[in-house]
Amino acid sequence: MRLLKAPDMRPVFNSEGLGDLMNAFLLQYLPVIIFIGVATVLGLGFMIGALVIAPKAPDTEKLSAYECGFNAFDSARQKFDVRFYLVSILFIIFDLEASFLFPWAVSLFDMPNGGMHVAFWSMVTFLVELGLGYIYVWKKGALEWE
Amino acid sequence: MDFNLALHLGLPETILAVSSLLILVFGAFRGDKGMISVSALCGVALIAAAFAAAFGHQGAAFGGSFIVDGVALFAKVAIYIAAVFIIVLGQGYFDRVGAGRFELPILILLAALGMSLMVSAGDLISLYVGLELQSLALYVLAAFRRDDAKSSEAGLKYFVLGALSSGLLLYGASLVYGFAGSMNFHDIAQSATTNLNVGLIFGLVFVICGLAFKVSAAPFHMWTPDVYEGAPTPIVAFFAGAPKFAAMVLFARVLQTGFAAQADQWRQVVLVLAVLSFVIGALGGLMQKDIKRLLAYSSIANMGYALLAIAAGAVGIPALLIFFVLYMVDTLGLFTVQMALSRKGEPVTRIDSLAGLSKTNMPMTIVLTILCLSVLGMPPFSGFWAKYFVFGAAITSGLWQFAAAGLVASVVAAFYYLRILKLMWFDVPAGDMDKSPLETRWIAYAAAAFSFPVVIVFLVYVYPLAQSAAQGFGS
Repeated sequence: MRLLKAPDMRPVFNSEGLGDLMNAFLLQYLPVIIFIGVATVLGLGFMIGALVIAPKAPDTEKLSAYECGFNAFDSARQKFDVRFYLVSILFIIFDLEASFLFPWAVSLFDMPNGGMHVAFWSMVTFLVELGLGYIYVWKKGALEWE
Repeated sequence: MDFNLALHLGLPETILAVSSLLILVFGAFRGDKGMISVSALCGVALIAAAFAAAFGHQGAAFGGSFIVDGVALFAKVAIYIAAVFIIVLGQGYFDRVGAGRFELPILILLAALGMSLMVSAGDLISLYVGLELQSLALYVLAAFRRDDAKSSEAGLKYFVLGALSSGLLLYGASLVYGFAGSMNFHDIAQSATTNLNVGLIFGLVFVICGLAFKVSAAPFHMWTPDVYEGAPTPIVAFFAGAPKFAAMVLFARVLQTGFAAQADQWRQVVLVLAVLSFVIGALGGLMQKDIKRLLAYSSIANMGYALLAIAAGAVGIPALLIFFVLYMVDTLGLFTVQMALSRKGEPVTRIDSLAGLSKTNMPMTIVLTILCLSVLGMPPFSGFWAKYFVFGAAITSGLWQFAAAGLVASVVAAFYYLRILKLMWFDVPAGDMDKSPLETRWIAYAAAAFSFPVVIVFLVYVYPLAQSAAQGFGS
């Protein structure tokens, strides 16, 4: 397949030639449009065809949920303990902290001198903020399971 | 050094950020018993920040992404003072319903911090960071009575729709960045004048949609009545005022700095939003039975007037500032009256329940009468002056048809305030009212006194201030 290459898209708004450029650009996406069209027609065609042609004789047995031949035991929706969410949210926060720390640690000493100071203290501020948040979480008992 | 200047300009924000962290740790050790002292500390921090902003220097820092100009300082002072009142009201309210937690004033503090970042935003990144800091705090505040079904529903609705609007805004911002090649509003403006692009306009429209969600301008207003009805009343009083002020200043800054040369393009969009807002606000309010839903529609209508001031361009900026201060005092007063009224411990939520208030609670009737007359735009009350400046600015910049439409809408909206007046003064009371809590009474009196006659003195001193603050905005 031919590679789609985006032409330069920075012409002036009202200049002549924009229309041609735009058309050439959009023309490259023509196969995609045709594909979407074919997919829509086929997908809808089969569904509507089944709806019109297939015989319909519903009864309770047919309409009920099928679970390996058994009757359903209970509701498919289960309640989760809110503590799982708490743990996962806290995990995400400290995980992100680590993902900020790595690029910072790698590039810190490559920075010019003034920039290095700012970068160093920005991260220290960030860590202090997270540390205070950690104290808050700890005192609120969010880390205790029982 | 550059960094010292930045710290100097960001002094109010620094005060808020540092104190919110310290107070959070303090509160964690004291527990919910210490809510009153946490509230007091947060109030002190906000007042200190307000002083820092009032006497602050102007300039730009962090490579132009943090702008401190007259408009930003003016808005910051107003927002901090509004937040202090909300902390006072919230402390009393949550104490009485027994849902007090020390996080409440801290969240208000963080929301105020987010708002002050919004009004100082000079590029797309600081715009988004400020907006999210404010929004996340407000989502939690909306659901603060978490054992109350309506409050939880309000919080969830606000969160889902707020997240949607943030998505729209981010999509627009990414398009703007992609086509302009810069995050900074000034660079965007430059790029937009030298090579304007369809993609840039496309992005601008999405950014406008996202911001319109935040200020609840029609047709992005659907969340407002539900959230206002469900969320705790002092929090709603906050929602209706300060965050919208911040978002509106941000709105003005994005349009008038970043897209100053495309004024003809965005003016149409803003005018459509404005007209829809005040028409839907006026008509939607007619059918409401709940006081807070009614006030929600009233706030939608008022956002229409504020957008009219933005559409008016540079002359609209002082009008916008004055409009918002007067509007914030009026809404604060109206919600405080709603908090002050209760019957056998049950808060009064339905408009019918105000019947015969003049026979059971004369002071509140007078306060509510003054505030209703003010909101419907009766001279010499403050609401009249708010509309006077906005319509004046609109007419100056040739938008007189829209000013006329706004006048018609405000006449329609007058109906629902007049209905409240009729209920209070001429109908049979439905039973005795409880004694109003102390702080709600005094804040309500103060709001009414501000509405008239204090507003006259206020305008004499603050209108020149707003005018000089707005000078050079957008350049």
